[in-house]
Amino acid sequence: MRKLIAEFLKGIIKENPTFALVLGLCPTLAVSTSLVNAIGMGAAATFVLLGSNIIISLIRKIIPNEIRIPCFIVVIATFVTLNEMILKAYFPELNASLGIFVPLIVVNCIVLGRAEVFAAKNTVLPSIFDALGMGVGFTLALVTISVIREALGAGKIFGFVLLRGFEPASVMILAPGALLTLGFLIGLVNFQRGKKKKKMIERAGCNGCR
Amino acid sequence: MANKLMVSTSPHIHRRENTASIMRQVTFALIPAGIGGVWIFGLRALFIILTGIVSAVIFEWLIQKARGVKVTVLDTSAILSGLLLSYNLPPAVPLWLVAVGSFVAIAIAKQAFGGLGRNIFNPALVGRAFLLAAWPAYMAAFAKPFDVIAGATPLALLKEGKIAELAQLDLSYQDLFLGLRGGCIGEVCILALLIGAGYLLLRRIISYHAPLAFILVVGLFSWVFGQDGFFGGDFIFAVLSGGLVLGAFFMATDYVTTPLTTKGRFIFGLGCGLITFVIRKWGGYPEGVSYSILIMNAVVPLIDRYIRPKRFI
Amino acid sequence: MDVGKFLSIVISTVFINNFILSKFLGLCSFIGVSKETKPAVSMGIAVTFVTTMSSIITWLIYRYLLVPFNITYLRTICFILVIASFVQLVEMFIRKGFPGLYKAFGIYLPLITVNCAVLGVAVLNSDMFFSNGSVVKGSFTLSITQGFFAGVGYLLAMLLMSGIRERLELLDAPESLKGVPLAFIVASLMSLAFMGFNGFRL
Repeated sequence: MRKLIAEFLKGIIKENPTFALVLGLCPTLAVSTSLVNAIGMGAAATFVLLGSNIIISLIRKIIPNEIRIPCFIVVIATFVTLNEMILKAYFPELNASLGIFVPLIVVNCIVLGRAEVFAAKNTVLPSIFDALGMGVGFTLALVTISVIREALGAGKIFGFVLLRGFEPASVMILAPGALLTLGFLIGLVNFQRGKKKKKMIERAGCNGCR
Repeated sequence: MANKLMVSTSPHIHRRENTASIMRQVTFALIPAGIGGVWIFGLRALFIILTGIVSAVIFEWLIQKARGVKVTVLDTSAILSGLLLSYNLPPAVPLWLVAVGSFVAIAIAKQAFGGLGRNIFNPALVGRAFLLAAWPAYMAAFAKPFDVIAGATPLALLKEGKIAELAQLDLSYQDLFLGLRGGCIGEVCILALLIGAGYLLLRRIISYHAPLAFILVVGLFSWVFGQDGFFGGDFIFAVLSGGLVLGAFFMATDYVTTPLTTKGRFIFGLGCGLITFVIRKWGGYPEGVSYSILIMNAVVPLIDRYIRPKRFI
Repeated sequence: MDVGKFLSIVISTVFINNFILSKFLGLCSFIGVSKETKPAVSMGIAVTFVTTMSSIITWLIYRYLLVPFNITYLRTICFILVIASFVQLVEMFIRKGFPGLYKAFGIYLPLITVNCAVLGVAVLNSDMFFSNGSVVKGSFTLSITQGFFAGVGYLLAMLLMSGIRERLELLDAPESLKGVPLAFIVASLMSLAFMGFNGFRL
């Protein structure tokens, strides 16, 4: 049990997909305009992660090694499609505000990365905890970014006005604000690592996947 | 001894002047335009300019202290950034806005890159672009000269197709030249800007290549593709009515963020001119000078790499 | 399609709705591969090629397979499979036929499968140029145009970014901002500069 909890916890801080591994950046920036969107996206990605990790860990022995990536993609795409349908049916507003980033979960490197690095090598139970940890870590990262952006850019959190008289800087809701926030947050993570004499983040992106 | 072996940031100019002295002279050359702005828009403009300068210096000092590097507030570069930022603001902005702009200019555009000589983008213009994207309503708060009533800039009227209103203002070239129009604090008084620019050109602190190309391209294109069809534009109006003169002489000639070679500077000016014209003509904003300089700032590393001075054989 | 409309689409996809700087599509490779100009440009060209071609292929599939059989909900799964196989085919073709070219940007091709810009263009095309299953006028041309110029915008951002990052390497930025964080800050400022084209209308 302790091991399973460790699998869960590592995704939240030590291997946080956004701040430590710097993966899956496109949705991170695009949907972090408000807290509602961030939580919605986090939940959707966690759902896909969970589904694909379970299935892939179950069928990992039958997948031939040479075509494993296409197989993973098919499994992931299936869950993404399911996810799209659920969102469309029950949360049409959220679906509209997340837009094309719902289908794009299929190319989110976090999902494919976990399939390749973890689910393909482990049994079902640890894979479930890994998926949950990564999903929660991703959601927390999204929440952090979106709280900063929504507070500065709209003066609100969850639609509630924070401070009367504060005039929000709309640029933080726009693209430059997103990039700026992420840049400084990764800088902050680096600063913490520098204090502990740990390695700085030097790489970002999906190039590690393949 | 330490003073004599000072290594300034590139380009290394083989004269007595160092970076601080260049910055000082550019700041000095900008004073007439500030006096012009204060004369036209009143004391409010003076407060904005002072807020810009003081806040820029304070932020520079604070950040350098926090970073634990040598405090170089006295090299005038922070003063210059604050000054240029305030010159690029309309005279009715609230003072806190100016301070936020200074913070963005100093903290994000300059110190995050390592300080003076390291920045890729012109700090003052980054500050302005940030403010324009953050508080668009304030940044359109222009005022009529000698008046507290809000008034639009000539370029904004032209953009919105309010030709009749523009005609009603009855702006002669002389008015435009003296700066009797709505606009940003430092951009309106062309006469004062030219006095400063002339001084810098005579002292050979700036070269004429980028400004010349910039102004000619904007003027010519505005004339050829004018609002009344081919060759129906107004060359002089296009040059005098916006931030072109301020941008061309004082920001497209910045040592750090523009190309090193003559040819490179010429290309930089051409690019700025073209983008300014496209934004003015078809873009959503009435003025494109600051955006064009920012976009070309991003191209400078490539220009410097591919346009090199010919070697002597 | 007249010249004015064409130019509007070009300016809007290259600058205003730049895939990287405004839509955040292809951001991973943008940060990952933009350290030097040569690989950055190779990657940009490869992406442009794939976005254009996949725009064509996915349009045909959407129009003649998914829409007639009323199975548009299979869009995501179909598109990703088609793109993956297409990229694989191109890679094999280039490796056999043009070894020189393969050396230049063949290694970037596999990365493109998981590049959100490619799937993004395909999904956007089917969102924008089809309404309720029926084709919008000029849909095919619009799709190709968007596909190609999305790639061009990507290439432009890559080119500028790589130039800036090669210069940044030489500078002494604050230790914790060096590398990835500063790349994001530069991207933010570029995005701010490109906002100058907002509201572009011919």
